[in-house]
Amino acid sequence: MDRSIDAGLAKLKDKLLLMGGYVEKAVEESTQALIEGQPTRFDLVHEMEHKINQLHKEVDEDCLKLLATQSPLAVDLRLILAVVKINTDLERMGDQAVNIAYNGQEYLKQPPLKPLIDIPRMAEEARSMTREALDAFVRKDVVLAHAVVKRDDALDAMKNQIFRELLTYMMADPKKIEQALCLILIARNLERVGDHATNIAEDVVFVVSGQDIRHGGSS
Amino acid sequence: MSQSKPIVNPILEARSVDAYFGAFHAVKNVTLSVRPNTVTAMIGPSGCGKSTFLRTLNRMHEEIPGATMKGQVLLAGEDIYARGIDPVQVRRRIGMVFQKPNPFPSLSIYENVVVGLTLAGVKNRSVLDEVVERSLKHAALWNEVKDKLKQPGTSLSGGQQQRLCIARALSVEPPVLLMDEPTSALDPISTAKIEELLVELKKDVTVVVVTHNMQQAARVSDRTAFFLLGEVIEYEESSTLFSVPKDKRTEAYITGRFG
Repeated sequence: MDRSIDAGLAKLKDKLLLMGGYVEKAVEESTQALIEGQPTRFDLVHEMEHKINQLHKEVDEDCLKLLATQSPLAVDLRLILAVVKINTDLERMGDQAVNIAYNGQEYLKQPPLKPLIDIPRMAEEARSMTREALDAFVRKDVVLAHAVVKRDDALDAMKNQIFRELLTYMMADPKKIEQALCLILIARNLERVGDHATNIAEDVVFVVSGQDIRHGGSS
Repeated sequence: MSQSKPIVNPILEARSVDAYFGAFHAVKNVTLSVRPNTVTAMIGPSGCGKSTFLRTLNRMHEEIPGATMKGQVLLAGEDIYARGIDPVQVRRRIGMVFQKPNPFPSLSIYENVVVGLTLAGVKNRSVLDEVVERSLKHAALWNEVKDKLKQPGTSLSGGQQQRLCIARALSVEPPVLLMDEPTSALDPISTAKIEELLVELKKDVTVVVVTHNMQQAARVSDRTAFFLLGEVIEYEESSTLFSVPKDKRTEAYITGRFG
């Protein structure tokens, strides 16, 4: 028999998945527009962000109502607490996609600085981490969640690699500083997307096992 | 049973307690310690043995025809079931408050509070006056009844009657107070008052409370024991038990999946 809280919890999960889909799409569009030099595609990113923001408010409101009316305990309480946090993470990821679009637009105002190799890789990695963090959430898969957390280091390393490479461009030709900075900021935006995906994965571990693995802790 | 770090110097300690009604085995091998000056809650589905266990803690269980028990219950290290121990004396030190307020209908508020002392032969009026005031203040009822102490105890509201019963239990200054669903017959406002009172009371008294209301257990208790089919499944700090229970059965019960 379903409990009265179950329908509400199922609705929350559906909404988070929908948001996750929009986030993935927003990150993909923002980076593809940059890679393919099509600034008009950035419009879609703003559309996605608008939808994400709507859901952000809805999910918070739904959580508040469930807390007020159902007095959840144990795994239900942990789940709602995690949803509130994941909701914020997804909204911030949407903001990062908008930042990528903004920096991409600036970048595309001039001819390409260099062929983009690492940024598409970073974008794919960040998107994949987001998808798997949400998969882990839906399937209550702690192993997958831990795997997502581990991947964050690789993403950070890619960002550092991009920083170093672009520094050489800037030192060689100060006229390229503005464009190089755009790419550095985009790498930073993608790295932040990965950080949020990591947060989600950490929350999944908390929901399922009650273990807090953030900041390397196991309390 | 899942349990966190052991309790040192418990005021109350049950060791391998079994309780029976005839052939029915109601409480199975329960070992559990209670820290002084705390509120301990016992939760579990109907018929899980929590109230029966509570009644073994002050020798009320044996009052029921056909009821027996095995094991030890120690109050401050002393076995209350030891040979030669008078159950009446035990119940003076381990008081009890029941689900339905049960003031004596023919007695006034004043007489209800001190009935334990008057039955024991205390007649000194100033002593009794002092006990009435102290106990009613302790039970957070003094301000509401101080001008009508001669009225019958049953003239009070349900919530006030329950606090009167708490005052009556406190009048003999027991170190431990047992409560069996003390708010289940009360409205939310009276319930909130009793809950506030529990938190106040633990400064002087150790409270063990059986409740069906999990939010209540989470709000007022320091530790909670989850009973199922006569056994203690999990005994933990309440903040942990209600947020991250260790046992799947505890999790299922407190999230309403059965019971």
